[in-house]
Amino acid sequence: MPDLEQAAEAGRELKPAKGRYFMRFTREQRYLHAVLFTTFLGLAATGLPMRFSQSFWARQFASGVGGFGTIIFFHKLFAVALTVAFLIHLKVILQRGLVNREKGIFWGATSMVANWKDVKDLVAHLRWMVGLGPKPQFERYAYWEKFDYWAVFWGMIVIGFSGYAMWFAPFFARFLPGWALNAVLVVHSEEGLLAILFIFSIHFVNTHLRPDSFPMDMVIFTGVESEEEFKSKRTQEYERVAREGKLETRIAEAPATWLVNFSRAVGFTAILIGLVLLALTLSAYFRP
Amino acid sequence: MKTVSTWTLVVAACGVLLATAPGFLDAQTDCLSCHAGASLQDASGHSVGVDAPKFHSSIHGSLQCGDCHTTIKEYPHPDVVTPVKCDTCHAEEAAGLVGSVHASRAEHPCTSCHGNAHSIFPKDDPKSAVYPLNIPRTCGACHGNDAMAKKHGLPNVYPLYIDSIHGFALSKEGLLVAANCQSCHGSHHILSHKDPQSPTYKTNIPKTCGTCHAGITADYMGGVHGKAIAAGHLDAPVCSDCHTAHAIEQPTAAAFRMQSTPICGNCHKEKFSTYRDTFHSQLGSLGGYVETARCWDCHGAHQILPASDPRSPINKANLVATCGRCHAGANASFVQYQPHANARNRKLNPALYYVRLFMNLLLASVLTFFLIHTILWLIRSRYDQIKKKTAKGGEDA
Repeated sequence: MPDLEQAAEAGRELKPAKGRYFMRFTREQRYLHAVLFTTFLGLAATGLPMRFSQSFWARQFASGVGGFGTIIFFHKLFAVALTVAFLIHLKVILQRGLVNREKGIFWGATSMVANWKDVKDLVAHLRWMVGLGPKPQFERYAYWEKFDYWAVFWGMIVIGFSGYAMWFAPFFARFLPGWALNAVLVVHSEEGLLAILFIFSIHFVNTHLRPDSFPMDMVIFTGVESEEEFKSKRTQEYERVAREGKLETRIAEAPATWLVNFSRAVGFTAILIGLVLLALTLSAYFRP
Repeated sequence: MKTVSTWTLVVAACGVLLATAPGFLDAQTDCLSCHAGASLQDASGHSVGVDAPKFHSSIHGSLQCGDCHTTIKEYPHPDVVTPVKCDTCHAEEAAGLVGSVHASRAEHPCTSCHGNAHSIFPKDDPKSAVYPLNIPRTCGACHGNDAMAKKHGLPNVYPLYIDSIHGFALSKEGLLVAANCQSCHGSHHILSHKDPQSPTYKTNIPKTCGTCHAGITADYMGGVHGKAIAAGHLDAPVCSDCHTAHAIEQPTAAAFRMQSTPICGNCHKEKFSTYRDTFHSQLGSLGGYVETARCWDCHGAHQILPASDPRSPINKANLVATCGRCHAGANASFVQYQPHANARNRKLNPALYYVRLFMNLLLASVLTFFLIHTILWLIRSRYDQIKKKTAKGGEDA
């Protein structure tokens, strides 16, 4: 992973920390996540009042911000921003994988693409949870992280396409059958709901709120993690990198205090907004 | 001081009368010599004064007192006199009151609407209590009174009316043609809306409103609702079912557009429910963007016709034009969109049904699996932490 080595080197100074820190995410990856969760929160906050427009909070919210016009304006604004981020990500991946012929993008231990080990990890992990076996050891991306990635990837294609089909309905009607115009709203709102429910409950807990990371996994904000964490959470990656003799190249500076504090503030705000939206969604969904 | 001097004069005048002409009373001047003080009261506190100049300018100003107060023929007259009978002259109006909601003469004397008996003006005189622009205030004296409304089981209609489009036209624009109370309810022979003879009885309402809104009523009578009412189907809506009776709003105003679809939904429950599933409704319910299609934007408002009628805006041949009013670039394929598609109905909308089914299964399976996965994981992680006493929260994270 030359990109991680570069990022580590750029931020590394001769400053002995208490423990060693290792680079996990590049600046670009962290920015991508920041754009992703900001636009996602925005899309959820503006999409939910439309999905549950009969609920009391939807009308309160709508009248508070100036009505539906404001809501759809920001919904489209966030959608365009997310589309741009998605396209940039796609371009980077294709560039690295196809043009630069970088190893480990589409296949291998460092790839996001699922492989047989993920299936075995899932089974072993479930067995461990119920006490039937040892805890499996994970590579760079564990199977639930890959699921998160592909869920968002698929979600953006499905929600994006159905969203643009509604936005530019007369244009899409030229090559879509009539019933598809009805279907896109069902697809858009159900897939959106799935994304919201998944991110605000499963992703939050799996990544941030579970005991091993509680209250928040800072690595996506700071880009670096402690050696202890690296070793315990991604044992196989740590061992592989050590085996390859590249551990030194991944050593990074400990995160600056301001960055940790800033990240905490941003991260907790995001989680708080997410949980509020989750509560509102559930209250509207299970309305008697 | 002034009161004393007035009373002195009155007493003096009466003294003169007593001294000179006990007996026959004739001219206004005879009576006014005592009753001219507008604030004059008898022993029990009833007003017995007459504002002479005002009375002279009123419609009855040329009459002699005895024409109405027929039992008073000489002086001194009894302390208690019989009430005046207006129907001696106004027989037609009196006949109208018989059987009306205001029939009780004790509760509703003529003066309760026409005002002080000695200052009655013709109804086209702005000073009249029944001048068109004054009628709502006159009726509102009782029908804008909460206690009165409660006592008779009636809605307190005056505030509703005065804030309505009719009330505004009358009170703010000063339009004589604006509907006031009596335009719809009549004046003397006012009947309950439950009485089939009443202009506000359900089947009579289109005609009543049509007195002014002739074109709309003609449209309405040609539509499905008008035909149903004409055929005696009382479930069909008339003007007031959609527009309300008193709180009538400008139909293009945001407030009316916001409240209107549920009105149609009162009867068209299935259509309302499927409309609610669509983007039109989701967006329309939030306010601030009232242009989104409501029922009548597509179906028409008054001359509502079945889709099979070639004149109907929702007839296949007219859909591109109808949808195109909002959706620039609407084409034949675009108008295949079903504004009332029912994703729960496999027979009617099979494709949509299966799309929804697939999405629901996807949602349920993903969430169920990961919910179990996450809960098990949480329990196991916490168990390990406690067992190994390594619970450090986020310290190592």
